[in-house]
Amino acid sequence: MKNFIITLIIILIPVKSFGLIEVDITRGNLNPLPVAVSPLSIDEESRKNFEKILKKKNIGSEISSIVENNLKVSGLFNPLNKDAFLQEPDIANLKPRFEDWNLIKAQALITGKVSYVEEKLRVEFRLWDVLAGKEMMALAFTTVPNNWRRVGHIITDKVYERLTGERGYFDTRIIYVAEEGPKTQRVKKLAIMDQDGANNKFLTLGNELVLTPRFNPTSQMVTYLSYFRNLPRVYLLDIETGTQEVVGDFPGMTFAPRFSPNGKKIIMSFAKDGNSEIYTMDLENRIVEKITNHPSIDTSPSYSPDGKFISFNSDRSGYQQIYVMKSDGSNVKRISFGKGIYGTPVWSPRGDLIAFTKLHKGKFYIGVMRTDGSGERLLTENFYQEAPSWSPNGRVLIFYRETKTDSKGKGFSAKLWSIDLTGYNERQVPTPTDGSDPSWSSLLSN
Amino acid sequence: MKLSKILKNGFLIVVACLALSACATSKKTTGQMQGDVYTGTDTVEYLASGVPDRVFFATNESVLTTASRETLRKQAAWLRKNSKITIVLEGHADERGTREYNLALGERRANAAKDYLMTYGISSDRISVLSYGKERPVDSGSNPLAWSKNRRSVTVKAN
Repeated sequence: MKNFIITLIIILIPVKSFGLIEVDITRGNLNPLPVAVSPLSIDEESRKNFEKILKKKNIGSEISSIVENNLKVSGLFNPLNKDAFLQEPDIANLKPRFEDWNLIKAQALITGKVSYVEEKLRVEFRLWDVLAGKEMMALAFTTVPNNWRRVGHIITDKVYERLTGERGYFDTRIIYVAEEGPKTQRVKKLAIMDQDGANNKFLTLGNELVLTPRFNPTSQMVTYLSYFRNLPRVYLLDIETGTQEVVGDFPGMTFAPRFSPNGKKIIMSFAKDGNSEIYTMDLENRIVEKITNHPSIDTSPSYSPDGKFISFNSDRSGYQQIYVMKSDGSNVKRISFGKGIYGTPVWSPRGDLIAFTKLHKGKFYIGVMRTDGSGERLLTENFYQEAPSWSPNGRVLIFYRETKTDSKGKGFSAKLWSIDLTGYNERQVPTPTDGSDPSWSSLLSN
Repeated sequence: MKLSKILKNGFLIVVACLALSACATSKKTTGQMQGDVYTGTDTVEYLASGVPDRVFFATNESVLTTASRETLRKQAAWLRKNSKITIVLEGHADERGTREYNLALGERRANAAKDYLMTYGISSDRISVLSYGKERPVDSGSNPLAWSKNRRSVTVKAN
């Protein structure tokens, strides 16, 4: 896992050119920016070396395909068909003929070069403003060859950041529950994959039921619920070492875990004698604190990014609604007042919004509201969907959706989906098996 | 006891419901449901002859119905006769709720059954509670009848 940390050497950051291209991400983008992703050029010797190591015929094209796919999936960019490109990749990277790129209506152009340097993968790339005829950015980095997919994600993050003014979310991973088998006897495993569905890896074997994995702030640890030995308890998993330990070893079920923003505490529910309350546990000294005290179901807690507040759902009013309180449990205030029942509040990384699941008249919605409950906006409606998790830049939500079975109880599936905060760009996130309970990591290259 | 016998009879429930105006409007009785509580026997197994293993709940509720209380009294009598037997009460919810809330709801339902068994003399150390939330439906259907079968607390022999 050492090679997970990429060596990033920035050789050149031009700040002189003012980007004329700008992508507005605050509204639904119905006219994605036309961008040409020229395949990264590669010399013949480097190509052969990487073919031997990575079993990829042309690693330059492979990396640019990753960039292209990321840009397309973001919904903000429209990568143009390579068949229309007039300039060879190596020449374009030196000095693009802007008239040629203008002709195919490209507004931005990405070029680059891959080379094999001392057993490492060296990549440089440039972002060009076609209309202004200027270079907007040039970066180079060197890493172990196995990191080639991450290189594509990092390039996308840099391009996205330069063109939108916001941090990207492409060099990230998703932890989720992989599902298989009949609906009445689902086999569930923890799984982790890159944000684009590549490099899927199962972290548990499926011998016991596992639910609701969530990353810690550094994305190295995961807290989740496991039914190991038929005792549903909150566990902690170190992704790197594979070490697992029970953290919620209370005299009853512990569930709905999440990390505090500084990663030092786990907040979770503990159910006993028909009553679920919210507790925190300090991971260093194992001190447990009871946060709520009410004879109703209090669960699905989530901290605000500054750690000062906690949102949760409770049925103390008779039905499940969303509440916000101070992190010591004081000042409990109900914030959801719309029609229907509300659950799974998750504070956005920017701190200004809470994403939630809503059930109203037999339909499930994923929505967002401000932290005082105002400005409710429903992003998507379906037969069943829940459990939103934010991209690290707070622009995209990932959640899971289950299908309605037919009259014979057949046709059940659970899939991961994502949608932009704008309510546009709804997409299924590819997974090798069915999936649920997704949690988005932080940006890995930080 | 007479009332419970009546409740077993689907036809008579219809009559009873028609007599109650609220029942006739909001709590329609179909073949296997009263209101939205399952009253059929499709999925029911027996701990011993005449001792059903499960009780059913209304949506979002953990209140025991008259029929559920009768089932639990039968279970209590059987447990008193078989004093070495320990049990697990497995609480479940239907698929129409968020996963975490349903885990809590399953726990609340199983505890409702536990409390009732205790009032009929069954010691708490013979009973453990396990919530599955919506993870283990017994009917994979996506319709009100299937959901009613899945909102349940099942008494399982532990030894």
